[in-house]
Amino acid sequence: MRRTLHLAGIVLGLMAWLICPAVAELRIDITRGTVEPLPIAVTGFAGSDAETSRVGRDIAWVVAADLARSGLFRPLDSRAFLQTALTMDTLPRFGDWRVINAQAVVQGRTQKADDGRLRVEFRLWDVFAEQQMVGLAYYTIPSNWRRVAHIISDAIYKRITGEEGYFDTRIVYIAESGSHKVRVKRLAIMDQDGENHRFLTDGADLVLTPRFSPTLQEITYMSYYGDVPRVYIFNIDTGRQEVLGDFPGMTYAPRFTPDGKSVVMSMAKDGNSEVYVMNLRTRMVKRLTHNSAIDTSPSYSPDGRQVVFNSDRGGSQQLYVMDADGGNVRRISFGKGRYGTPVWSPRGDLVAFTKMSKGRFFIGIMYTDGTGERLLAEDFNVEAPTWSPNGRVLMYFRKQRTNKDGSGGRSRLYSIDLTGHNEREIVTPVDASDPAWSPLNP
Amino acid sequence: MRFKIIGMFAAVALLAACETVPEDTGGTAGGGGAAKAGDQASKAAAPAPGTQEDLVVNVGDRVFFDLDEYNLKASAQATLQNQAAWLKRYSSATITIEGHCDERGTREYNLGLGERRANSAKDYLVSLGVSSNRIKTVSYGKERPIAFGSNEVAWSQNRRSVTVIAGAGS
Repeated sequence: MRRTLHLAGIVLGLMAWLICPAVAELRIDITRGTVEPLPIAVTGFAGSDAETSRVGRDIAWVVAADLARSGLFRPLDSRAFLQTALTMDTLPRFGDWRVINAQAVVQGRTQKADDGRLRVEFRLWDVFAEQQMVGLAYYTIPSNWRRVAHIISDAIYKRITGEEGYFDTRIVYIAESGSHKVRVKRLAIMDQDGENHRFLTDGADLVLTPRFSPTLQEITYMSYYGDVPRVYIFNIDTGRQEVLGDFPGMTYAPRFTPDGKSVVMSMAKDGNSEVYVMNLRTRMVKRLTHNSAIDTSPSYSPDGRQVVFNSDRGGSQQLYVMDADGGNVRRISFGKGRYGTPVWSPRGDLVAFTKMSKGRFFIGIMYTDGTGERLLAEDFNVEAPTWSPNGRVLMYFRKQRTNKDGSGGRSRLYSIDLTGHNEREIVTPVDASDPAWSPLNP
Repeated sequence: MRFKIIGMFAAVALLAACETVPEDTGGTAGGGGAAKAGDQASKAAAPAPGTQEDLVVNVGDRVFFDLDEYNLKASAQATLQNQAAWLKRYSSATITIEGHCDERGTREYNLGLGERRANSAKDYLVSLGVSSNRIKTVSYGKERPIAFGSNEVAWSQNRRSVTVIAGAGS
């Protein structure tokens, strides 16, 4: 019954769309450079009592904030709304919405189900076509309302842009505090909008470079536990930490393979860093690079067939691609400067990187053959890009200079669109570095 | 009465603060490596032989590297020769050599570079006759700077390897 209801919504939307092909469909083409943000009215989700009304308002607020942060939507000020009370039983008064130039309207309803769960239903309307674009309903425990809001944001984003959303995701990063001489660094995790923040480690040990598993609630990262720098796996659900492998030297720069079954990392012994991959089930280790250079920061292509990494084998730090068996190594970066921290995009067509040139740092992207380099962000120190799961947004950290007395050196997280527009800070409770974007939450 | 005592303490604290100021000039004068060594202000009294303080004051606990380099300069070799002689005298001492970098590289690459620097120093000590099983290395990349200001003066002090006594000398 419930399921039928929400399926009916989709079918209705599809039918309306099929019937009127003459009307241009409301759509944002996000592949273009600059896009005029789409004016959208996100109305408060109507509740059935005081509590569900409050949750309904909060959900609408989170959805509007998600859409605004994407840079593709411009949620309209609710004080401009002519129609203030929408009900799910009647159509929106499209004329009223056209007057304030809303091109899309989001309406919704929050109810308490008999079993105590929260039922959240929403519809997205195309104002000019006067059609429903999508309509869905969700059940969840009441405390989970924020996640439902992000799922709704993703549904709206997908319906209008044609791309998967990235709002129902999390960020793991390194929270920094204290003197720069002995900086306290902790693993921390939060929703992509900075909410639901919590620390995962206590700061007793230096931790660096966390990365999400593509398949499990796990993070791989580097820790100096016992003053021995090693790669670890952290289970987010249980809090359990486990050292990876028994290597004779420092292991660092870990990253999961796209299937989540292995971790690729560097191991340094006698001053020489090489790239290794370890199968997490069999614990078998395979060496991928054979060179006296520093070979590190490996990242797999999404199909698992190639690895991009950085190496100074040619004299300075540059980007190289090799086949997954370590063969067929070729250099891909040829611009002026040094290149590091390459990360293969989830779509497979781009590599994001950190570039250092003339005393400045840049975040950039290039095609996987090294052509088409574009620099998106620049500062004294910007570093460590990470991709949103839909491959449309990069997050990285930006660190300021320190002053002679050791003050300054503030470090924060920022996101930017692939187009180089819409740079925004992700607000964190303390200083932040080494962000890593999760896949869409399961 | 109480006030007087506080006054005295304050004066002592001030004095102590003054004494540690010249430490900031870098070179081989104090300032430990990473977490454990901490800051060791030079004391008026001669340091006990065979200790970290002895190494810092009378030998030099660190050597410096050029940008993105790990080869030992002549000055670095001279310091390490003195360290080798010191380690021969205190033959039961074991050491950890920390490799450090400035902030102008990416974090992961710098971990590799710090590892190289620590091993350059280690290899040279071994070539001078210090047993390799007395020497451990650890890289801190750019995680443990000692000088600030984000300028060449600070960076040149941060590109270093630091010899830290791990096991007691005799």
